Amino acid sequence: MNSNLHQQRIMDILWRRFVIVAPYLWLFIFFLAPFAIIFKISFADPIVAQPPFTPLFNFSVQADKWFYFTLDNYRFLLEDNLYWISYLKSFKIAFISTCLCLLIGYPMAYAIARASPVWRNVLLFLIILPFWTSFLLRVYAWMGILSTHGVINNLLISIGFIDQPLKLLYTDFAVYVGIVYSYLPFMILPLFANLVKLDFDLNEAAADLGATPLVIFRDITLPLSMPGIIAGSLLVFIPALGEFVIPALLGGLDTLMIGRTLYDEFFSNRDWPLSSAVATVLLLILVLPMMIFQHHQINETDYQE
Amino acid sequence: MVEETSDQSTEKPAWQDPAAKPFIQIENVSKDFNGFIAVNKVSLDIYQGELFSILGASGCGKTTLLRILAGFERPTTGRILIDGMDMTNIPPYERPINMMFQSYAVFPHMTVEKNVAYGLKKEGIAKEQIQTRVAEMLELVQMTEFAKRKPHQLSGGQLQRVALARALVKKPKVLLLDEPLAALDKKLREHTQFELMNIQDQIGVTFVVVTHDQDEAMILSSRIVVMHKGELIQCGTPKEIYEYPINRYVADFFGTINLFEGNVSRVDDKTMEVECKEISTTVKALSSDTTRVNDQLTIAVRPEKISISKEAPEGEDLSILKGIVWDLGYYGKLSIYKVRTETGKVIQVSAQNRIRSAERVLEWDEEVYLSWDIQSSVVLTE
Ligand SMILES: Nc1ncnc2c1ncn2[C@@H]1O[C@H](COP(=O)(O)OP(=O)(O)O)[C@@H](O)[C@H]1O
Ligand SMILES: [Mg+2]
Repeated sequence: MNSNLHQQRIMDILWRRFVIVAPYLWLFIFFLAPFAIIFKISFADPIVAQPPFTPLFNFSVQADKWFYFTLDNYRFLLEDNLYWISYLKSFKIAFISTCLCLLIGYPMAYAIARASPVWRNVLLFLIILPFWTSFLLRVYAWMGILSTHGVINNLLISIGFIDQPLKLLYTDFAVYVGIVYSYLPFMILPLFANLVKLDFDLNEAAADLGATPLVIFRDITLPLSMPGIIAGSLLVFIPALGEFVIPALLGGLDTLMIGRTLYDEFFSNRDWPLSSAVATVLLLILVLPMMIFQHHQINETDYQE
Repeated sequence: MVEETSDQSTEKPAWQDPAAKPFIQIENVSKDFNGFIAVNKVSLDIYQGELFSILGASGCGKTTLLRILAGFERPTTGRILIDGMDMTNIPPYERPINMMFQSYAVFPHMTVEKNVAYGLKKEGIAKEQIQTRVAEMLELVQMTEFAKRKPHQLSGGQLQRVALARALVKKPKVLLLDEPLAALDKKLREHTQFELMNIQDQIGVTFVVVTHDQDEAMILSSRIVVMHKGELIQCGTPKEIYEYPINRYVADFFGTINLFEGNVSRVDDKTMEVECKEISTTVKALSSDTTRVNDQLTIAVRPEKISISKEAPEGEDLSILKGIVWDLGYYGKLSIYKVRTETGKVIQVSAQNRIRSAERVLEWDEEVYLSWDIQSSVVLTE
């Protein structure tokens, strides 16, 4: 019995260790290790071989150097406008899409948070419902809606609003529609989670002290929902910045988003080192807003508990 | 009917002066939440400078009534007048009333100072003036040293002071307080009770306090109204309500009371005798114009109104009965006796200890006489 207890304790300790280590293990296997590989490849030269890049360390006898390292890929990124234009364009599209998601999502999240519990569940269910269909299928559906002989053009022509079909598909507009549509739930859900916890007594206290409804929104609701706004915005901005499927399917030739550039570099040009450099820079661009978010979260916990 | 207590001023309180104009008039107010009547035909006058308590068990509609006064809830029927002006359709931000919330509702993202200044800023008052008024108010509630703190760095008692300061700084004509002390622990509560009274005394604002704690209401209030299931049961000074409850509910609500059911056996123009079978005693009580022989009623007697003695007391107007000491306890200056009558009914008696407990004269199982004066028999007709 004593040894049983002893065993039990050892199991307990091991389990506790595992629980602590598990997230780090996850991060290491699925994030850090792949990133280390990409990072390593970004310092190689492309060659026609399998794999198509020079190794960082080469201990074979034919090799003239056992260590080979180049910054050419990063230099090239700086010199060729294409990459800067892609980054900037991605940034612009992701930023505007995030703003649009916020403008549309905030009132929706607010309405859901203030609805009666029954309605709240129904509305939340409706927000999550699209996830039950494949993302790719939903983007294809938008192609059908936006194309020259698609639903929108047919409708506008049949009511006599226009004579010629509008060019909707393969434009930046279609990309915005696609991104806002796809990522709106990621804005609404964290905002809802934040707004639903807000103490309505605070609004009434402000009203009692002389604030009109609009002033209450500005002074109380908006500042207190900042964590939700930031979380939702990052959840939209980060994936939108690297989005590939939506610009590839809905965008025009001039919709140069970095995801597409990366794809072309990797699969069409087979330039793995250069595309690895593109990916590394993209990651750095993404880490920055994440750090801001982290920083904000720490400030946040300051007054919440 | 009620004699003035010595510490009150000789002039009549406003509610007894027929010429006085009430400051808050609640006229026949009802609130119906989709078929659930939370407040039922309440009419009430509250006078300037009062510390008025609304007392009742949880869920009886106290908060709803207060929210109707503050303007967060619109009454289904009836009107609210403040200083003679109809406020029924005025939004909360335009009423000369401030409310202290049960949850305190201190803004978590603002410092203590900013919280207190908030209402003044909304009035558009000049910055320097806001500063001086906020400083004064923080001084009054003894929170000056915490001015720069955020709410999460404060204790419950400190949050309560911030909420109080924030409401008072606007110099409202009426301050509504929803269970202002409920969130505090017992010791802090007693201390804060007196502070609240002091502050009210200093600034002379009319306070309307909601509470479910009868002791708190007794200590704090100039007058109390007792609510039950959305209706007003009784309104009066703490003394009136304690000594002359109008029904069993109110009698029970304020501490211990002995209740004896009986039938009227004799009535004359001032007094009556009530035959109480459960104690096989004839109880003497004051009669009213409507009392008739054979009326069924309940006699209520507070424990401290009953005298306990070894010898049979004598007196024209005394109700007397016999029993044995069933249980006794000493609580400092007070002794509590439970006396069992021959019929098996247990009656609670409390007496001031004049002699040291070492020399106590009454023991367990001792035969004793209980007696009380005719005025101490409270007649409940419901
Ligand atoms: N907005 C509302 N909708 C429906 N019922 C309510 C609402 N507010 C209060 N009630 C009900 O009215 C009754 C009285 O509530 P309240 O005034 O808060 O009681 P108290 O403050 O005396 O505890 C309760 O039964 C409560 O459930
Ligand atoms: Mg309440």
